[in-house]
Amino acid sequence: MTKALISVTGLDTTGIIAQVATKLAEMNINILDITQTILDGYFTMMMVVDIDGAHMEFADIDQALQSVRDTLRMTIHIQRMDIFDAMHRI
Amino acid sequence: MIETGEILQTMHMIQEENFDIRTITLGINLLDCSDRDPETCAARVYDKVCTTAEHLVKVGCDLERELGIPIVNKRISVTPVSLIAQGDPVPIARALDRAAYETGVNFIGGYSAMMQKGATRADERLLKSIPEVLAQTQRLCSSVNVASTRAGINMNAVREMGEIIVKTAELTRNQDGLGCAKLVVFANAVEDNPFMAGAFCGIGEPESVINVGVSGPGVVKKALEKVKGEPFDVVAETIKRTAFKITRVGQLVAREASQRLNIPFGIVDLSLAPTPARGDSVAHILTEMGLEAAGAPGTTAALALLNDAVKKGGVMASNHVGGLSGAFIPVSEDIGMIEAASCGALHLEKLEAMTCVCSVGLDMIAVPGDTSAATISGIIADEAAIGMVNQKTTAVRIIPAPGRQAGDRVEFGGLLGYAPVIPVNPYKCNDFIARGGRIPAPLHSLRN
Repeated sequence: MTKALISVTGLDTTGIIAQVATKLAEMNINILDITQTILDGYFTMMMVVDIDGAHMEFADIDQALQSVRDTLRMTIHIQRMDIFDAMHRI
Repeated sequence: MIETGEILQTMHMIQEENFDIRTITLGINLLDCSDRDPETCAARVYDKVCTTAEHLVKVGCDLERELGIPIVNKRISVTPVSLIAQGDPVPIARALDRAAYETGVNFIGGYSAMMQKGATRADERLLKSIPEVLAQTQRLCSSVNVASTRAGINMNAVREMGEIIVKTAELTRNQDGLGCAKLVVFANAVEDNPFMAGAFCGIGEPESVINVGVSGPGVVKKALEKVKGEPFDVVAETIKRTAFKITRVGQLVAREASQRLNIPFGIVDLSLAPTPARGDSVAHILTEMGLEAAGAPGTTAALALLNDAVKKGGVMASNHVGGLSGAFIPVSEDIGMIEAASCGALHLEKLEAMTCVCSVGLDMIAVPGDTSAATISGIIADEAAIGMVNQKTTAVRIIPAPGRQAGDRVEFGGLLGYAPVIPVNPYKCNDFIARGGRIPAPLHSLRN
């Protein structure tokens, strides 16, 4: 399993989770965990996903998320979970 | 499961505090490229470097994207060229510079000679060619080891390097002596240093090897902001914890790069390397500890604590630590050092004292263009003595900026930054440098 973190931040609007999740489903990326909050109208979501099912290069997954970024006008980052595991777990 | 707070902390370190991987450096052995004919040797060098490093930049960029952390530099270090050049070394220099362009790395290090005890004919040829080579190439870096704890100081080489530095500055006059920014004079040079300009691939290294240099002075400064006024025990612990986290990421990048390139992992270098960007300064860590400016009384003690704590934190986070490992204090590459030198808080003598307790030495320091070769040799000899006696690496990367006076400012651009020209002690050391010969190696007992 190759875990990645997708972070989504920006002004809150309707259908953010739906759009991101739909795009992930299209790529056969399984969502493992979601944390989401709104602070002063600012939407912050973190999704842990398994990207193995996509059978795509990492750069292509990142590129595929571009359409969601454009529609929602939100900042969406995807990065492998390894960096967080390395830094915070021994 | 990783908690949200931890994820945010990592993202904050990268996005707000300039945490990055400073360099992935691929070391390449070139001993098998040696040939009597310089052009044949150069062609072999070009082919070997281009083949071995073919995927280096791509792998670096892929890792950058996947892990979400900038990997600022992808670089190459090679066997000291004086060991493979049986004749004229200049064609090899050109081949290395072309190979750097071909592979897309921004610097290639190893136009080097090891002459702590004396010079071979190849060393002499290489030394003489350094000024022209650094003026005619863009990405090639040069280093010369003139002293070691076991061999003493080769004062002939020290004398010669003073002259070479002056000539290099002269030949790159229209760029404020930029050639000197690519030239390091070492004592106790290390074989696995991933940082430029002093990187080369030592003869104890494998056929090829991946070394990684981490950075993150901004992260350390931010961490110390949370312990204002606390005693030094707390300061040291805070730095150790931060260095541990930074180094773990360096280790991850090193391991991944090593796997993907199918090249063995060498070391993670634990150095805190600054850039001229605000929020990426080693000097500002020192001021955060309570100094008005770098150079104020207390600076050497603060730097000693920082250097030691970085190592203690980092060494637990990586299975192989090496290179220079410590805090860098390049003047032109650190906004806090630039400010301190500009306002007169930081002098050459204080910088020299600081080099006794931290990584490397007098680094990226611009001095007046009329500084004599003998004076530069004197500065090199002092620095080499510190390294020799204290069994540590020291180095001099000094730029006598042509036509510039103390108080002027020189611009090198990019990561090399800009520097105020600082004054040099006007008293001469010509007769001292003219002696030549060797300063004997120090005793290894009766240490006080």
